[in-house]
Amino acid sequence: MRISPLLNASRLRTPFLYFLGVLCLVYLLVPAHAAAPPDVPSVIVIQNATILTVSHGTIEHGSILIKDGKIAEVGQSVNAPKDAQVIDAAGQFVIPGIIDCHSHIAAESINEGSVSVSSMVNMAEILNPEDIDIYRDLAGGVTSANILHGSANSIGGQTLVIKLRWGQPAAKLPFEGALPGIKFALGENVKRSNFSIPGQPKRYPATRMGVEETIRGAFSEARDYKKAWGDYNKRFAAGEKNLIPPRRDLRLDPLVEVLEGKRYVHSHCYREDEILMLLRVAKEFGFKVRTFQHVLEGYKVADELAAAGVGASTFSDWWAYKVEAYDAIPYNAALMTRRGVVVSINSDSAEEATHLNQEAAKSMKFGGLSHDEALKMVTLNPAMQLGIDKRVGTIDVGKDADLAIYNHDPLSAYAVVQKTLIDGRVYFDRQRDIAERSEREKEKKVLIDKLKKSAEKKPEDKKPDATVPIGQKPAEKKPEVKKPEEKKPEEKPKPPQSNGADVAAAAVRPGGAL
Amino acid sequence: MKHTFNAVRIILLIAVVCALPPRASAQSNAYVITHAKIFTLAGNTIEDGTLIIRDGKIAAVGAGLDIPAGAQVIDAKGLQVYPGIFDSITQMGLREIGAVSATVDSTETGNYNPDVVAATAVSPSSEHIPVTRAAGITEVLAVPGSGGFDSGGSSNVIGGQASAIHMAGWAIEEMLIKKSAAMVLNWPEIQTQTFDFATFSRKEKPYADAKQEYDKQVTEITDWVERARHYAQVMEKSSAAKYDRDLKLEALAPVVRGELPLLVFADRSREIRNAVEFCDKQRLRMILAGGEEAYKVKDLLRSKDVPVILRPSLSLPPEEDDPYDRMLSQPAELAAAGVKFAFASFDNSFARRLGQNAANAVAYGLPYEEALKAVTIYPARIFGLDDQVGTLEQGKLANLIVTNGDPLELTTDVKYLFIRGQLTSMDNRHLRLYEKYSKRPKAQ
Repeated sequence: MRISPLLNASRLRTPFLYFLGVLCLVYLLVPAHAAAPPDVPSVIVIQNATILTVSHGTIEHGSILIKDGKIAEVGQSVNAPKDAQVIDAAGQFVIPGIIDCHSHIAAESINEGSVSVSSMVNMAEILNPEDIDIYRDLAGGVTSANILHGSANSIGGQTLVIKLRWGQPAAKLPFEGALPGIKFALGENVKRSNFSIPGQPKRYPATRMGVEETIRGAFSEARDYKKAWGDYNKRFAAGEKNLIPPRRDLRLDPLVEVLEGKRYVHSHCYREDEILMLLRVAKEFGFKVRTFQHVLEGYKVADELAAAGVGASTFSDWWAYKVEAYDAIPYNAALMTRRGVVVSINSDSAEEATHLNQEAAKSMKFGGLSHDEALKMVTLNPAMQLGIDKRVGTIDVGKDADLAIYNHDPLSAYAVVQKTLIDGRVYFDRQRDIAERSEREKEKKVLIDKLKKSAEKKPEDKKPDATVPIGQKPAEKKPEVKKPEEKKPEEKPKPPQSNGADVAAAAVRPGGAL
Repeated sequence: MKHTFNAVRIILLIAVVCALPPRASAQSNAYVITHAKIFTLAGNTIEDGTLIIRDGKIAAVGAGLDIPAGAQVIDAKGLQVYPGIFDSITQMGLREIGAVSATVDSTETGNYNPDVVAATAVSPSSEHIPVTRAAGITEVLAVPGSGGFDSGGSSNVIGGQASAIHMAGWAIEEMLIKKSAAMVLNWPEIQTQTFDFATFSRKEKPYADAKQEYDKQVTEITDWVERARHYAQVMEKSSAAKYDRDLKLEALAPVVRGELPLLVFADRSREIRNAVEFCDKQRLRMILAGGEEAYKVKDLLRSKDVPVILRPSLSLPPEEDDPYDRMLSQPAELAAAGVKFAFASFDNSFARRLGQNAANAVAYGLPYEEALKAVTIYPARIFGLDDQVGTLEQGKLANLIVTNGDPLELTTDVKYLFIRGQLTSMDNRHLRLYEKYSKRPKAQ
């Protein structure tokens, strides 16, 4: 893959194309499917479908009744009222909406990479509901995603789970009631083995030993801080007067929440030794690791993971992009599952997320998991890992109507998503998307022609000076400059692409160091 | 249970493969695959077929053939036989671990390196080779100087010679199909935005400057081609003693003579169009690599007979307002327009996703047989190797796979794999680690 086009972020190469880019931006801001979130018919019935419930087997020629965004009935037949909106899914397969346990979509930035403990920053505050990757992943059957901070720091930023409610404002994206998380990271990325940033001094830690001490140090502080507040609250409650409360520390607050079990730890890791290291540290300070992310050597310490009751969220078959990924094997998911670990397959990439169903299927080939076990890797298991399995992850009465409908068995490379529903609303409909394309092309052409005309009238607008500031805008839409370095090593092995993310991937490989 | 069953099957398979002599011997160089469904991809599919392998080649393929004496027989009842999969752009053997530059030999310094040859640096003991082979890939093109994850952000203009290799062999000489199969040319782009590694920031450049730089590069390429043409004429007319030898121009001579195709990397429609027009004018044989926007210039590609090696279908569209399935539906669109193409991974770690990419293109409208051919006979034809590989026909090299199903599907297993007529082991790093850690006693 040539680097040049990748670095050419917006790929807008002529003044005219700059205008085009602006148009695209304007256009993107108001696409028909984005501007207006789908209406909610109060009652929907999906009929004649093969329903893969995940919790209680497969129902052939079954129906699902959806009321007020929830699954009201599921079975061979349901009591649908006459005015229910009917989705005929004859010959099609319905599965619970896919849950991606490691995603960086819908975010304005990914890494606060300047410090080794960046727990004060929060992904919830920088959600971008107009990120086109939300729609693309929705078109891949994804309904919920764990939006993680990058892996630049031993202790990274705060994270949250969202639903892919394309067209809704940022405030409507968070998964209501889902426990927030925090990103940890171990290994090559945090010790910056594979790159350096010009002008920035070498940062502690630079070894796996230092990574442990960074985390221990932060939790040591957090424990003292927690105690100081506990003491203060106790004395305050006892009626003591003239007390000065401890100074609030935004960096330690989320770590106290971790100690109190109010915030999940999602830790990026690769090697077996660092996995066990974090489990020891967690034990020392009395907190739980909720999931290990990537965990490509998890299969070497599967018993320890199972004993600790920690979830493992891994790639299907990525390997060899760095040293700590050289022992990665596609049997990882199956092997950990066999040893009793709850395993999910994640994407860490907007592209990979569009076919997580296929990635899950690979665990049948590599390690011989059953169809049900494989499907769980992208539905129930990630739901359990994120603590949202009471709401989503299976097709059961009372759960959210988050569903993906395919034209074939979803664990096949030939399956295509036809519809994706969230809270009982159809957020993606392939037929509608195709039908709207010619309209959108026409609309785009009208806008381009209009701009061309105005550009002809005012030739000075074609000057580079005039176009550069405008041209920057489309680039800002893309995540490339905002997805900084440390997150990227995970995306690196992706087959070459030219989306914005790859621009970042390229940007973070100075001197071939990665 | 199924897990155990699979493990037993894998172990049995390894036992079978290990039990067979790894190298040809007088007694063992003949194999017969019987009772298989044989997809020859040469016009016919044989339901209960026999395929005879002798001296590295396909000696016969058909129904009800006599089994030659002394041949090892593989009863493939319920199994299917296909030509081996051909991945036509990889950095196989040239890159082991992308992040470790010491393990990377894919991109030479300098912009014009027509004389460097991939085969020189292909490591026959790369762990990528057996891992990829287990996915049914029997031959690849190892491509130098085309950028990639390992190149540190640089790619050459003329990157060197790509080598077609078998995915097995003790030494590169045994692996070679064609040492020089194509000359890599990275077509320049008009870049108004670049990334500056020194300051780690994006830089804007006025269009006029970017265009000027582009024109300069195209002029340089033109200059190289014209010098090479002159050099080739001198080579032809004079004895070697009469002119100063130039290794770079000498390497380009087969290109200007039209004997060696140019593998031209370009993705955007404008660059593709410029490259096609350039090659047409200079009478050079062009193969397009990348081709994200090939669909925009499909008529030109068909009329100039330029084949395309497509980037993975599983890619996001280049533009935000492209249809979400732009890359998935492009192969079907190109096939309908009569453009020749093949699929490739453009990678090593993801080479085993080649079949998955082809299958996804089928899901979005490409006829199945076209997808199968686009990972077998089409790449062979594009690189002029179809007399040796790509279909199951008498006289071709026995590079083939025996599977329990559709080789493009995610869950299909390759049961037997032949390269140059040798039953080749499917043991690999991943399988070994899996077996090792499957046996780990329960942790204390």
